[in-house]
Amino acid sequence: MAKLSLTIQFIPYSEIESLTPTERIKKLLKIVLDNKIVLLQGKLKAEEEARLIEDTMVLIGNVKGFKGVELAVLAPKAGTSPIFSRMRKGIAKLLVGAQDVITIIGPATLVREIKKDPSKIELFLKGK
Amino acid sequence: MQIKIIPNFFKRIFASLFKKKKHIQLGFYGPPNAGKTSLANRICKDWTGEELGTVTKIPHETREIQIKEKVDINFKGRQLTFKLVDTPGIATKIDYEEFLKFGLTKKEAKGRAKEATKGVIEAIKWLDDMDAIIVVLDATLNPYSQVNITIIGNIVARRIPVLIVANKIDLHKADTKKIEAAFPEYEVVGISAKLGKNMEEFYESLFRLSKKRKG
Repeated sequence: MAKLSLTIQFIPYSEIESLTPTERIKKLLKIVLDNKIVLLQGKLKAEEEARLIEDTMVLIGNVKGFKGVELAVLAPKAGTSPIFSRMRKGIAKLLVGAQDVITIIGPATLVREIKKDPSKIELFLKGK
Repeated sequence: MQIKIIPNFFKRIFASLFKKKKHIQLGFYGPPNAGKTSLANRICKDWTGEELGTVTKIPHETREIQIKEKVDINFKGRQLTFKLVDTPGIATKIDYEEFLKFGLTKKEAKGRAKEATKGVIEAIKWLDDMDAIIVVLDATLNPYSQVNITIIGNIVARRIPVLIVANKIDLHKADTKKIEAAFPEYEVVGISAKLGKNMEEFYESLFRLSKKRKG
């Protein structure tokens, strides 16, 4: 029976904090191109996500066998926490880049779908 | 530095006073196969008698920006002129093998995939040029996909007013309420672009959106 291996690489926010948006996207896509799933602490800005999509499209056209990425951002539910607690969290997010959020980026050749649920994450892998 | 900033400041003030745009540049955005072209076609047909683009069941049918320069909409005594910009569907992955299921040859499928990747880039680049945007979502699918969130996040980051259209309400599985729950901060209108269902409400929403437009 053939062995199936899956590598998940965790990237703490501190590792991308000082990088420019271009460098961030380059770093993340380099890991995905190595057929690994990225687990990023924090999230990209909306414009960076758009840039990630643009760069992914360029790579599909230029890297043989690459078919894109599956992307999901998992954030704790807004919930019913008191307004001041939420405000404190908001300020903290501004300072540390939403560290209670996790971004998952996986190669589409490996990850078919990422389903989000408040209590779980489901990664549907591609069968051979 | 100051010398440059001051004339630019006055230029912008004068431009906003005297050069109000005649046409509202209205973009249609969304994931592939949500019905962007179907809706653009419906609007064009309602007000110009002509369609804008081709619609098929194969994803990424629209792979280039399609423009209808002038569409005058006269609705309940109000009139607005739009420039409609239909964009290719935005996706994070494009697999040519998906197109083979629709009977395309391998060569055709690969060509389509290549054009589709360029189309996605083009659609994102055009975001900055829009005065208002309609995000078209398939009401039968889960609205919480990251592509939907990324599209809307980018529109909001650019301060472009947005209207969300829950399309395909003629289908049994359609759930407009789920889209409303996913994006509670935005106006959502359920329609069937294919059958022209609920277009009255859509035009009401479009006129409300136009009041908030940039430019």
